[in-house]
Amino acid sequence: MAGPPTPQQHVSLHVDRIRCDGYGMCAELLPELIELDDWGYPIVRPGAVPDELLDHAVHAVDVCPPLALRLRAVAASRAA
Amino acid sequence: MMKAPVQRLLGGPPIAAGMESFAEHLARLGPAPRGNAAMISTLEASGLLGRGGAAFPVGRKWRAVAERSDARAVVLVNGAEGEPLSAKDRTLMTARPHLVLDGALLAAQSVGAEEVVLYVGSAHSAARAALSRAMAERSSTGEGLATPSVRLVDAPARYVAGEETAAVHFVNEADARPTSRPPRPFERGVGGQPTLVQNVETLAHAALIARFGDGWYRRAGRGELRGTTLLTTTAAGRSVVVEVELGTTVAEVAAGIGESRESAHAVLVGGYFGGWLPIDRAWSLGLDPHELRGAGRALGCGVVSFLPNDVCGVRATARIMEYMAGQSAAQCGPCVFGLRAIADATSRIATGLGTSDDLERIGRWVGQLAGRGACRHPDGAVGFLYSAMTVFGDEFAGHARSRTCSRPRALGRAA
Repeated sequence: MAGPPTPQQHVSLHVDRIRCDGYGMCAELLPELIELDDWGYPIVRPGAVPDELLDHAVHAVDVCPPLALRLRAVAASRAA
Repeated sequence: MMKAPVQRLLGGPPIAAGMESFAEHLARLGPAPRGNAAMISTLEASGLLGRGGAAFPVGRKWRAVAERSDARAVVLVNGAEGEPLSAKDRTLMTARPHLVLDGALLAAQSVGAEEVVLYVGSAHSAARAALSRAMAERSSTGEGLATPSVRLVDAPARYVAGEETAAVHFVNEADARPTSRPPRPFERGVGGQPTLVQNVETLAHAALIARFGDGWYRRAGRGELRGTTLLTTTAAGRSVVVEVELGTTVAEVAAGIGESRESAHAVLVGGYFGGWLPIDRAWSLGLDPHELRGAGRALGCGVVSFLPNDVCGVRATARIMEYMAGQSAAQCGPCVFGLRAIADATSRIATGLGTSDDLERIGRWVGQLAGRGACRHPDGAVGFLYSAMTVFGDEFAGHARSRTCSRPRALGRAA
């Protein structure tokens, strides 16, 4: 099931809600997939990250200050 | 004429008489068989679903822990019962502690656990006293609890303390706030071991299924889902715990506690994590997870609460939303800020201080919070509010636009 993503696998974005402090950098870097609610916390579009946005998604994960944003492999059966 | 109710968990001496002793328990039901792998298959065949609220298949849960246990799993017996409208778990623990202990030991033997933790709400003193006495009785009769070891832990009196990761967190680190998943408790829980977190009623059912078999269990029930369930019913401020066959209608439950269709205008099914139904929609509905799902509701922890005619549904809803916002574990932004904002806006509408903007905002927020907490506390709260806005839609609009309430006892203590 879930494990470290490989280039062939689809990945999706997950927020560790306890770690997330609402910095909002993810929404700035990846507005296609992440918007902020009225209090500045991310609302992530569900489903696999499209290939053309993967680099941006990886970057958003890297710069999240509390390391709350993660990429997880999507189980094959559920891949979009 | 109404069929006599099937009493299984509540069978035996009157519940009001208090704790059934170990001697009485053994004389009435005989000793519980030891748990083993076959027991898990029996549970799967019974179709028993968890009674803590999530209705997860019990056999599958036990199997998931057994597969990982290496004989070092932990069974966490969940008697936290933090839901304000629910009293069925404490009633069961108080009157039938040996049935709960039987189920806990059976689970420990079946999944391969060396430790059992009884996690009981600190406010439920009679329940804790009964379980303590039951453990002492077993020690003195040579039915000791040395293997597995059994200990009693006081669960903080908070709504989310009974959530399974919160329960594990509290036993491990004295912090009853939910944790991020993964890992889930069945993977890594108490002491880092695979942990079976199971509600006390569920374990009591398992204790009877172990004695009498899955075929016996399935003889009760009206629909596809079989067995009996405990309910906490509330009407006119009075709370009664009953046992009914799954599929029993709301009308029958009402009749059993002397409630009539004419005296209530809505029913809260499933407690604060559940939702409202108009009385006419609810009346002939069977209390069965499948049938309730068809009506967009769930049995949850088994709360069935009748909202009296003179009590305003918007006010009752606002009061519960206020409670839910206050019970956030205050870890996740969407829950901390979102539930607070929703509760405030709902209160403004309920008290005639709200506007159509408030109504528009809570309509938007209700759709944004689900799935955005470490636990499902925000999901439950907005699901409940969504049901209210559906069932009391006209009343919400009336409060917000013309600041009127059609119910005389607007501030009445409802639900």
